[in-house]
Amino acid sequence: MAQAVCPACPPEPELTPVPLPDARLVLALPGIHCGGCIASVERILAALPGVRDARVNLTLKRVAIDAAPGIAIDTLTKALGKAGFEAHELDPGLIAKDAADTTASDLLMRLAVAFFAMMNVMLLSVAVWSGAEGAMRDLMHWVSAAIAIPAVLFAGRPFYVSAWAALRGGRLNMDVPITLAILLAIGTSLSETILSGPHAYFDAAVALCCFLLAGRYLDHRTRAQARSAAAHLAAREVPRAIRLDQAGPSIVAVSELQVGDLVRVLPGARVPADGVVAEGVSEIDRSLMTGETVPAAVRASDHLRAGEDNLTGALVMRVTAAGPDTELSRIADLVAVAEAGRNRATALADKAAGLYAPGVHIVAVLAAAGWWVATQDLRVALNIAAAVLIITCPCALGLAVPAVTTAASGRLFSRGLLVKDGTALERLAEVDTVVFDKTGTLTTGVPAPIGLDGLAGDEAAVALALAQASAHPLAKGLAAALDECGVTTARLEWAKEQPGEGITGRWRGQTVRLGRPDWFGLTPTDATAAALQISDGPVHLVTFEDRLRPGAEELVEKLKEQGKRVVLLSGDTYGPVAELADRLGITRFKARLRPEDKAAFVAKLAGGGCKVLMVGDGLNDTAALAGAHVSISPATGLDAARAASDIVLLGDSLAPIQSALRTATKARRRITENFALASLYNLIAVPLAIAGLATPLIAALSMSLSSITVSANALRLGKD
Amino acid sequence: MEILGLLIPVSLGLGALGLAAFFWLLKRGQFDDPDGDANRILSGEYDDKPKS
Repeated sequence: MAQAVCPACPPEPELTPVPLPDARLVLALPGIHCGGCIASVERILAALPGVRDARVNLTLKRVAIDAAPGIAIDTLTKALGKAGFEAHELDPGLIAKDAADTTASDLLMRLAVAFFAMMNVMLLSVAVWSGAEGAMRDLMHWVSAAIAIPAVLFAGRPFYVSAWAALRGGRLNMDVPITLAILLAIGTSLSETILSGPHAYFDAAVALCCFLLAGRYLDHRTRAQARSAAAHLAAREVPRAIRLDQAGPSIVAVSELQVGDLVRVLPGARVPADGVVAEGVSEIDRSLMTGETVPAAVRASDHLRAGEDNLTGALVMRVTAAGPDTELSRIADLVAVAEAGRNRATALADKAAGLYAPGVHIVAVLAAAGWWVATQDLRVALNIAAAVLIITCPCALGLAVPAVTTAASGRLFSRGLLVKDGTALERLAEVDTVVFDKTGTLTTGVPAPIGLDGLAGDEAAVALALAQASAHPLAKGLAAALDECGVTTARLEWAKEQPGEGITGRWRGQTVRLGRPDWFGLTPTDATAAALQISDGPVHLVTFEDRLRPGAEELVEKLKEQGKRVVLLSGDTYGPVAELADRLGITRFKARLRPEDKAAFVAKLAGGGCKVLMVGDGLNDTAALAGAHVSISPATGLDAARAASDIVLLGDSLAPIQSALRTATKARRRITENFALASLYNLIAVPLAIAGLATPLIAALSMSLSSITVSANALRLGKD
Repeated sequence: MEILGLLIPVSLGLGALGLAAFFWLLKRGQFDDPDGDANRILSGEYDDKPKS
C-alpha cells in the first residue's frame, strides 16, 4: 500500500514493519485442517524471499519458520491471509523455553514404564488368580515384585513429590492417599511374598500408577496446549516513542517519557502517552479504547490518550501524563481490582478431593483398627488397610475430570476455541446471562461500504486508487470492497493525503478527491460516509456501516431461544448502539459506557446472582472480562483483553460460542456422571474390602472396570 | 514346568524391547505431530524425501 508522505516533513526513522532479532518464528494457524492445507501453507511460505524452511504442525495448528533475520512478520501473515489462512504471531522465545514440553514427555515415559510393568505383572497374576499354589505362587509373586517395585518407584515419582510437598505444608491433597496406597500395597505385598502368603497386590499397585499417570498426562497436555497457544500470542505494540529534543528526534522507550516532553506520533502509530496535540492535524481511531467506530478528527490543543491509533497525519503532542498515570494504566488497575473481587468457583474435582482424601484415610484406619481388635493379628489388619486404600484409590476420580476436559477442549479446539483455564468449561456450563461488547465483538470493527452501485466504471477505479493511498479505516474498507468487486485500479499521476480531510490526486489531468463529506461543503449527517469528486463533477456519497461479525445474528437468536438474557454494552454513542441492538433483537443495551461502568454493570449482575458470560475485545472491556464469571475474547482483540479472558476465539465467526456452551453443558454432565460411576464401584467394593473378602482379583477388576467405564463415558463427548 | 524359567525371561525381554523402542520413538519426536504425519503420507510431495 502506497503511503503518501507529507513533503514538508523530514524523513522519519522507520518504525514499522518491526525487524525481528530472531530468525525462528512461530505462527498460529487456527484455520488449517487437512493435508492440503499443510502443503499449501508450506509452499506459500517457502516461495517468500528470506524464508529458508517452514514446517507445519497440524496437531498444534502452528507453523515453525526458519527465516533470514530482518524478515517482517507482516509479510508472512499477509501472504498467508491472501490465500485464506488466518495467521497470528506466537512468541517463539517463550515457546522454546516452555518447560511444558519436557514435562509432557517425562510423564509419557513414566506412563510407558508403568504400562509395561502393569501388563507383565497382570499376566503373571493370572496364574495366581487361576489357582497356583505353593512354590509356583511364590515364584510368580517374586517375579512380580522384581518388576513392580522398581517400576512403581520410578513411575510414581510425580505423586510422591506432590504428596510430600502437601504434607510438609500441613495439607492433604489427592496425592497423599495415592502415595500411601501405593507404598502400603507394595510393602504388605512384599511381606506376604516373603511369608509365602496368598494375597499380593503388586498388580493393583502398578495398575493404580498407570491409570493415574494417564489422567495426569491428559490433564497436562490439555493445559499445555492451551497455554502455549493463547498466552504466548505476542504483543503487537512496540513500546517505543519518538521524542523531540533540542538535538532532534530520538527513539526512546515509552517508560522514559516524562510530563512536558514533545513526542512525534506518525500515521499508523499508537499514541504512547496521554497528552495534548501541539501541532498537526489528523484522525484518531479510538475503537479499542472506547468502542467508537468512526475515527475522530483532531487538531491543535485536542486531547489524546495512550493506546489510541493515529491514522492519517503526523502529530506532535505534549505529554501530560506518562507511565502509570495514563488512562491506559488506570484501566490495568481496574482489571486487577476486578480480578481480586471475582468469586473463583472451586473446580468440581477439588471439591471431590476435599471430601475424598480425609474420608479414605478414616475408613482405612477404622477398618484396620477393627480387625486388629477382633483378631489381634497385625498382619491381617495391615492387609485389610492396604485393600481398602487400593480399592478406594481415586483411579476413576483421577481420570473423571481430565478425560472429560481433554475430550471437550479437543473438540472445541477443532472448532477454533482455545480454553485457557481448566475450570472455564465448568463455569461456562452455568452461564445464564451473556454480555456482549459492540465494536470488534458483535461487529467486525471494520466499516464496509453499502450501495457501491452509484459508482460507474471510471469512478470506481479512481475511488479504489485513492482509497489504496490511505490507512484510514473507511478508505481501507472501501478499497477492500472495490477490490472484491473486481475493479481495476486507475493509474494516478500522484496522490497525497490531506490529514483530517481526505486524499487528493491527479488522474488524466483532472483533480480527484476522496474524503469527509464536509470537505466538499456537504453538511455532515449521522451516517458514516465518504465523498468522491472527479474534477468539478457531481459529488458521490458512499455510506458505510459496521458489518456484523459472521454468526452474530444466529448466536444472539439461539441464546434468546435458550432463555438466556442477552445484554449489549458499548462505549459508542447511543445511535449506532440502539440500531445494532434493534437489528439483533437485543432489548437490554447501554451506550456511552466508560470501562469502569462496564465492570460495575457486570459486577452488579453478578451481585444479583447471575452467572455472566462476557464477550469483548477492547481495552475498555478488560475489567469487565476479568470480573465476569467466565469470559471469551476474539483473537483479533487486544492482547490485554485476551489475557483477561478464559477462552480465546481463534476464527472470525462467533458461531463457535454457541457450540462451546453446548459442549460445556455436556462436559459438566459427563463429569458428574463419572463421579457417580466411580462412587458406585466404591460402594460395591469397599464393604467387601472391609469385610476382608477382597482378593487381589476383585481389586484389579474393580479398578480396571471403573477406569475404563469412566474414560469411555468421557470419549462419548467427542462423538455427539 | 522348568520351561517357565526360560519363558518368563523371554517374555519380559520382548516387552522390554518394545519399551526401548517406544523411548527411541519418543526421543525422535515421532509423537510431536500425529495428525500432520497422518496427512503428509497421503501427499505425493514428500515421496522422494520426507520433510526434515
